[in-house]
Amino acid sequence: MTVQAWTFVLVAASFTLYIGVAVWSRASTTGDFYVAGGKVNPVLNGMATAADWMSAASFISMAGLISFMGRDGSVYLMGWTGGYVLLALLLAPYLRKFGKYTVPDFVGDRYYSQVARIVAVLCAIFVSFTYVAGQMRGVGIVFSRFLDVGINQGVLIGMGIVFFYAVLGGMKGITYTQVAQYCVLIFAYLVPAIFISMIVTGHVVPQVGFGAELQDGTGYLLERLDGLSAELGFTQYTSGVKSTLDVFAITAALMVGTAGLPHVIVRFYTVPRVAAARISAGWALVFIALLYTTAPAVAAFARTNLLNTVSNRPYAEMPSWFTNWEDTGLIRFEDKNGDGTIQYVGDPAANELTIDQDIMVLANPEIARLPNWVVGLVAAGGLAAALSTAAGLLLVISTAVAHDLLKKGLNPKITEAQELITARIAAGVAVVIAGYFGIDPPGFVAQVVAFAFGLAASSFFPAIVMGIFSKRMNRAGAIAGMIVGITFTAAYIVYFKFISPDLNTAEHWWFGISPEGAGTIGMLLNFAVAIAVAAFTAPPPEEIQQLVEDIRVPRGAGEAHEMLL
Amino acid sequence: MSDRNAYWRRNLRYVMILLTVWFFVSYGCGILFADTLDGIQIAGFKLGFWFAQQGSIYVFVALIFIYVYLMNRLDRQFDVDEREGGQ
Repeated sequence: MTVQAWTFVLVAASFTLYIGVAVWSRASTTGDFYVAGGKVNPVLNGMATAADWMSAASFISMAGLISFMGRDGSVYLMGWTGGYVLLALLLAPYLRKFGKYTVPDFVGDRYYSQVARIVAVLCAIFVSFTYVAGQMRGVGIVFSRFLDVGINQGVLIGMGIVFFYAVLGGMKGITYTQVAQYCVLIFAYLVPAIFISMIVTGHVVPQVGFGAELQDGTGYLLERLDGLSAELGFTQYTSGVKSTLDVFAITAALMVGTAGLPHVIVRFYTVPRVAAARISAGWALVFIALLYTTAPAVAAFARTNLLNTVSNRPYAEMPSWFTNWEDTGLIRFEDKNGDGTIQYVGDPAANELTIDQDIMVLANPEIARLPNWVVGLVAAGGLAAALSTAAGLLLVISTAVAHDLLKKGLNPKITEAQELITARIAAGVAVVIAGYFGIDPPGFVAQVVAFAFGLAASSFFPAIVMGIFSKRMNRAGAIAGMIVGITFTAAYIVYFKFISPDLNTAEHWWFGISPEGAGTIGMLLNFAVAIAVAAFTAPPPEEIQQLVEDIRVPRGAGEAHEMLL
Repeated sequence: MSDRNAYWRRNLRYVMILLTVWFFVSYGCGILFADTLDGIQIAGFKLGFWFAQQGSIYVFVALIFIYVYLMNRLDRQFDVDEREGGQ
């Protein structure tokens, strides 16, 4: 069978599976819709969290990014996994004990303030939309390259699927669909990685092959890669170009941002007990680590294969994947010196080849000449990653609108049935808006992802951590901290990314910290301002201090949850 | 109440210790001392590079499971665990 036939079969089979799971597990109450009835098994919840978290960016873009950045790509690996330690130790068990449904619920109740709740709702919606637009785009790319349907139709098909199970199933449908999607995506990631590891190094485990010698007897993979890179004028693969402080700041912003993302936090409301919330964060990280430790190995294999395949080879002899990706515009060859040979080198003036980093994972199986079904499998995996994340985000948006804005804000008298309908309508509207961004992406989608992490790091994380670990933290302190943190981070990113992109270089950054790392400064400012303001204003009321006492011990979590549902 | 305070102080101590390790493997071995560690090579890996792209992630996973073990034990010691069947 051809690549296209395999892709069609595998994608259709996986979609059928998701719809079947969604129908089997549809939601009937708001409890089901928001937190899957609070009854999800911790291992399954870990899997669902992993699928929720690992987006098109993790699946499609990350290994490519590392492939081109080498050592500097480590910030994504550590940043997007280390956050789970913070989540497990500082947030998950306490938020689970608190009960309720959302992050704005916690911020609003703990700081006894409607203003704090609204600030949190707006941040949650903004962060989620930013993210979801990127997912829909990923869906479009996969469809257009492998199924020949055009990016727009691809996005429409993706919207239809997500609409079906997010709107019908709510959190319950999404959780069980995500379990299925995790299985598809991890299988699709590991199969080509194992194949390529065996071809390149002879080791079955990619994490071992990563540090092993090459099959062709030219020494260790990483040394060979350093050598090849140096020869062609690129930075050595295992050395970085970013400053230590900047690497530090970006890693911290990504870690803290991860721990502050509303669609990740909300997962820990779905398990039955506090102990289950703790272990569930552990399982989530196990499932994430499986992909995240494989990714840098894939990146190194892909880089080696790519350099060997294209560098100094005649253009006319390029394999079919090369021309296929040229058709999508994601590979560009410009024969500057007219010799018909591809000069792929570090010097921009002499370099003739531009490769979009997003295609590395998708093109990898073809570059390594793996069987056609593996190529189709990778397409299905990429779609699983994009759809699972999109669904989780849409749920946060619909919950924010129906629960936080309507029920807790505008109209508290609304009945459960009405609230459920509102949540479904909000999810539907959100799907359509997300689809629009997928079809007609504003040029700044990629830029805005730095925003999402920066905002989560500089707003939610400090507010929640202080809400749990300090009984003295009060309304004035938390709100002042969030506003200063967000404003600083947003201003820093907007200034360097949109207002003066020409000044976006190390000598103009504060302390040499790039906009990607701005969330770290924002977070520190948030903490500092909040603590200072709280010291000069009245402590929180007695019942709030009691609430903090209460969320610090696990006993009573299950019972409180039962009553609530 | 004093029991609750003792429970909370123990919890904070565990968290402090585990986060110190968390900081050490990622920001320490993966970033700050990475250049020094790169002088040591194990198989094809320079050690600092390995910590940044592999080792820190394995330690993160271990830290969470150690935390879960310690906290479940602590909950039972101070009799604040969730009761069986009461979920």
